[in-house]
Amino acid sequence: MYSKKILNRFKNPKFAGEMKKADVVGEVGNVKCGDIMRVYLKIKDDKITDIKFKTYGCVAAIASTDYLCEIVKGMTLDQASKVTSKDVVKKMGEVPAIKLHCSILAQDALKKAIEEYKNKKKS
Amino acid sequence: MKTIYLDNGATTKLDPEVVEVMNKYHLEVYGNASSSHHKGQEAKMALNDARHIIAKSIGAKDKEIIFTSGGTEANNFAVKGIAFAKKEKGKHIITTKIEHDCVLNANKWLEKQGYKVTYLDVDEEGFVNPEDLEKAITPETILVSVIHGNNEIGTIQDLKKIYEICKKHNVYFHTDACQSYTKTELSAKHADLITLNAHKIHGPKGVGALFIKKGTKITPLAHGGGHEFNLRSGTENILGIAGFAKAVQLAMKKEHTKKMTELRDYFTEEVLKIPDTILNGPKGDKRLCNNINVSFRYVEGESIGAYLDSNGICTSTGSACSSHNLEPSHVIMALEDNSERAHGSLRFTISRFTTKEELDFTLQELKKTIQKLRKISPLTKLMKKIV
Repeated sequence: MYSKKILNRFKNPKFAGEMKKADVVGEVGNVKCGDIMRVYLKIKDDKITDIKFKTYGCVAAIASTDYLCEIVKGMTLDQASKVTSKDVVKKMGEVPAIKLHCSILAQDALKKAIEEYKNKKKS
Repeated sequence: MKTIYLDNGATTKLDPEVVEVMNKYHLEVYGNASSSHHKGQEAKMALNDARHIIAKSIGAKDKEIIFTSGGTEANNFAVKGIAFAKKEKGKHIITTKIEHDCVLNANKWLEKQGYKVTYLDVDEEGFVNPEDLEKAITPETILVSVIHGNNEIGTIQDLKKIYEICKKHNVYFHTDACQSYTKTELSAKHADLITLNAHKIHGPKGVGALFIKKGTKITPLAHGGGHEFNLRSGTENILGIAGFAKAVQLAMKKEHTKKMTELRDYFTEEVLKIPDTILNGPKGDKRLCNNINVSFRYVEGESIGAYLDSNGICTSTGSACSSHNLEPSHVIMALEDNSERAHGSLRFTISRFTTKEELDFTLQELKKTIQKLRKISPLTKLMKKIV
């Protein structure tokens, strides 16, 4: 049901793992629904200089988080906030319809991290 | 890449000897068993022979075996057929929370038609408590339907005990034996209706049977030319039925269950060496000899399955992610209200063709996969603190 491209990315993610001393961490999802995404960001001058993730979930959940990381690395926080799940899906290629919600979750985790970072900065 | 097929609970490959029989029937025994000419009579004889083999396998009379298009039809026939025939007595049915979807959904449909259905809980290993069953029976109860060997977790119910209770209260008892047939003892003495099928035992898809004990009142669902003793009309699928009978003869050999039991126990023991792994269902002879179902904590079953599949290994999972309705397995959830356990579950169902080498390769790949997925799971650290 998955394309070779998605399966390959799922097996060989580029951004998976923990980041020590991240500037901010965003997490969404819960065990009940079967998806948890955690995004770690390193930020300098409002720019994402490094990004890592940890995901509990299916093939689509893991691959979409990794693609999202690839898209937003190097972007400013404002640019990254504007990235939509559509952008992620575009990069992934064909995603089974029932799996589309996974790519929205990755996006939510990133947004949460960015918001938290901005709030932290304000206070 | 070599395929390692460990999803025999979903379906099995045809035994070459079954193929041989079916090829012969395909080309030669093509008559309609209702025709009076010699080609028809030849088909009729083949039908009778097959019926005899299957009846004998569970200690039934030939006339008590009704061929169907498979397990789903047989289960629908049993549940709805009894519900329709006995509605004057009452409209209450008792079943369990761990039935196959076809029994559950037939019952849900009956609820919409005004029937009342009780779904019994099971214990942490998937067993129905006979006392719960007895308590649930009312004067309105017409049918009890309990799956014999569970398709997901392999739990084998005590049919004898359940049937005793049903008989005591004058209620029909049906069991879905699709997974257990030929893998453990199954007797016509212990139920009024038994669902059997071919494709789980290296027979063809699209053929099954319902054992209906003599004297059982049941309403047919398919009306037509009066085939199958007026209980299931439609020209008999002689090709499939002959293949089914051959599959039964081959599967009944004791050495197969012995071999599968040994492999099952070996694999179970090895897989449970992976830390934080839980066995779903019981151990020992109360479990189907070909079923292993485990939950790997902190990781999700679809991911594990996809990883294994990329190495040629076919398994199945109770995770919500792999189901069409995004709901986790109702069977694992019935054991314990724990979504992580259901999402992280993986089922390995072996067959008489499975080898130890295949299992060793699977274990090796499985260990690597779990380790890799746990490494990128946000739950790992968190859960270790809690445990």
